[in-house]
Amino acid sequence: MVAGEKYERKRAVRQMMTDLYQSQRAMRQMRQQAIQRGVVAILDVGSSKISCLVLRFDGTGRLSDDASVGSMAGQTGFRVIGAATTRSRGVQFGEITAMQETERAIRTALQAAQKMADIRVDHVIACFSGANPRSYGLDAKVELETQVVTEAEIGRVLNACEVPEYGAGREVLHAQPVNFSLDNRSGLIDPRGQLGQTLSVDMHMLTVDSTAIRNLAHCIKRCDLELAGVANSAYVSGVSALVEDEQELGSACIDMGGGTTSVSIFLKKHMIYADCVRMGGDHVTGDISMGLGVPMAAAERIKTFSGGVHATGADDREMIDIGGDTGDWEHDRRSVSRAELIGIMRPRVEEILEEVRVRLDAAGFDHLPSQQIVLTGGGSQIMGLDGLASRILGQRVRLGRPLRVHGLPQSATGPGFSSVVGLSLFAAHPQDEWWDFEVPVDRYPARSLRRAVKWFRDNW
Amino acid sequence: MQSLKRVLLPVRFRPQLPAGQDAAFEAAGGVPPTGTGIRLEGLSRLKQSPKKSDPAPSRLSYRMQRWMLTPGIRLGMRIGVPFCLVFALGSGFLASEKRRDALNAFVADVRASIQERPEFMVKLMAIDGAGTNLAEDIREVVPLDFPVSSFDLDVEQIRQVITGLDPVKSATVRIRPGGVLQVDVVERQPAVTWRTRGGLEMLDETGAHVDDLASRAERPDLPLIAGEGADKHVDEALRLIRAARPLGERMRGLVRIGERRWDVVLDRGQRILLPVERPVQALERVLAVNEVQDLLERGVADIDMRLGARPTIKMTEAAATEWWRVRSTSGNGQ
Repeated sequence: MVAGEKYERKRAVRQMMTDLYQSQRAMRQMRQQAIQRGVVAILDVGSSKISCLVLRFDGTGRLSDDASVGSMAGQTGFRVIGAATTRSRGVQFGEITAMQETERAIRTALQAAQKMADIRVDHVIACFSGANPRSYGLDAKVELETQVVTEAEIGRVLNACEVPEYGAGREVLHAQPVNFSLDNRSGLIDPRGQLGQTLSVDMHMLTVDSTAIRNLAHCIKRCDLELAGVANSAYVSGVSALVEDEQELGSACIDMGGGTTSVSIFLKKHMIYADCVRMGGDHVTGDISMGLGVPMAAAERIKTFSGGVHATGADDREMIDIGGDTGDWEHDRRSVSRAELIGIMRPRVEEILEEVRVRLDAAGFDHLPSQQIVLTGGGSQIMGLDGLASRILGQRVRLGRPLRVHGLPQSATGPGFSSVVGLSLFAAHPQDEWWDFEVPVDRYPARSLRRAVKWFRDNW
Repeated sequence: MQSLKRVLLPVRFRPQLPAGQDAAFEAAGGVPPTGTGIRLEGLSRLKQSPKKSDPAPSRLSYRMQRWMLTPGIRLGMRIGVPFCLVFALGSGFLASEKRRDALNAFVADVRASIQERPEFMVKLMAIDGAGTNLAEDIREVVPLDFPVSSFDLDVEQIRQVITGLDPVKSATVRIRPGGVLQVDVVERQPAVTWRTRGGLEMLDETGAHVDDLASRAERPDLPLIAGEGADKHVDEALRLIRAARPLGERMRGLVRIGERRWDVVLDRGQRILLPVERPVQALERVLAVNEVQDLLERGVADIDMRLGARPTIKMTEAAATEWWRVRSTSGNGQ
């Protein structure tokens, strides 16, 4: 009885995986098409802003044969020809909550970027941060049939991974093989062509709520565009904000956005963990708004111009005009000292960082060889944040900005754009995913035909 | 802080003319003096209207913009629409017969006005390298009434007409600056006279007809040839005549026999029959014999060289009779 149940569950998971394969492959195909056509839009749907880049692929600057990264860090194959940013609406905690509003915001950003690029874009690659990302580590081991690792063998070992029950209403966003080992040699990046007996793989799988993806896909479809890929913004901001050595030796990228703070851990140039704290810069703004009794817009302005997390003696004397246009003179002439403002902001920022600390501890970040922490995202521009973060997260903290890519306008080089820049790098040089390898033949329904042939051969 | 702008307040009602400061303000040109009234409802106008908070394009304008950015549509807008516009306007204009004729007339007018400029007019024809007769002939076959526009002259056709004249060997025709149609002619030089049943005519060294001749006495310097098809072998005849120069005054001319070989005709009824092949060498042999033996001074009627291996001599009748008499005498032994 129990065995039958288990079998049923396995079949259900396999069915799910097949669907996933198909949808992800369709998206991958769409991306190939877009790159062949040469123009693709990159869309970052964030809680505070929606930014859009239009990339043109000119076919130059491929990676060299040995897959080493050249002087331009492998980002010479494309050029940004259009960029636009707009205030986000209808997105909370990195998830779409009001479809119409979000659709209009996406349309605004896309129209402006298209206008700047002076070309029509039909394919879009999007990233978002929320939707409860959850990381799973998968592994599998197979005996090689021919003692040579071929692409089919890699597909076989990937398919041998035991998929955990990640729950209904969740969907796999990334499933990347991060490590191969052959017999007792580990840490292989590309084992193809090598000789051995047993091949094992470690895989990182990231699942998110499927409703979030579905909502995003629907919004993009409503804008007459084709969705050519989805990525998690924790992953892509790590791609752009971490330098090569940090990705290799182990580091965490903390992207402090408006509604969420996403965490991703990189080791050996692969993401091995991603998570998301559902708190961000908007919460700091909300605290200021409540504490000073000002509207959100004014609170945001005060935070941006005078915010900080370290109070000094001079801050007691520095008075900030709160402003306002209620018409009540007394109310509009209020002022607050900077120390008070810092007193409002600091607990919330500390809370966010503590939460990040908890996530990092849960992921076992202490065990990595190097424990570099890179803060990026719009929220990381709070003055004195690196000092506070190093007190909470560890000594090795730096503020990260995205890589420079060709044609990126000056206005889009700040840390708030690291996920959109990372997504364009990801679009140009996508990571191998599970679904890029062929499914072994015995997974297909054609198996029954093979079995019939085998039966025929055995019996006659 | 909203920026302060000077806003023209509408004049609603002004029961009396302004005085004091207001009058000074108006005199400085602050407000256009329109009628009489006083400014009311000012403050509410100074407030900015609430801005549209949503910058999103409407679905229609978004689609429209995307449509306009499509490469095909852009190409159509850049090339197709102007082309269609020009085509439509052009065909609309040309639809009326009257306008079409007017356009044609206008074009012809412009053409004529350019062609008839004095720079393009040809006023006279100059002929170089031709005798008086030939020049007159050329003027006859090229009937042009000067002045004529150089656009109307077909120089190549004129040249062909002139070259078609018998006495003309070659001709060049060009329009010289200054409005002169320059014709340079190289005349054919007569080399032989050819007597046929039709009369005498002169041929040049290639056998081409140059001119008719009324009598032989007009050009006694030219050698004479006769016989059918002689004009096709004038160069051979000339070589023979050159070889026969030692004969001097004795030679009368050459006769083409059977359209294949030559006879040299001398005075006193003598003939030298030459072979078809290598006639010049045969003639030279005869002349060599003549040099040594004075062959032609004797009573010889024909020297037949047609068979090179066996030259034959035909004696005159008198010589033959004389020879028989001499032989019979000596034969008698008396």
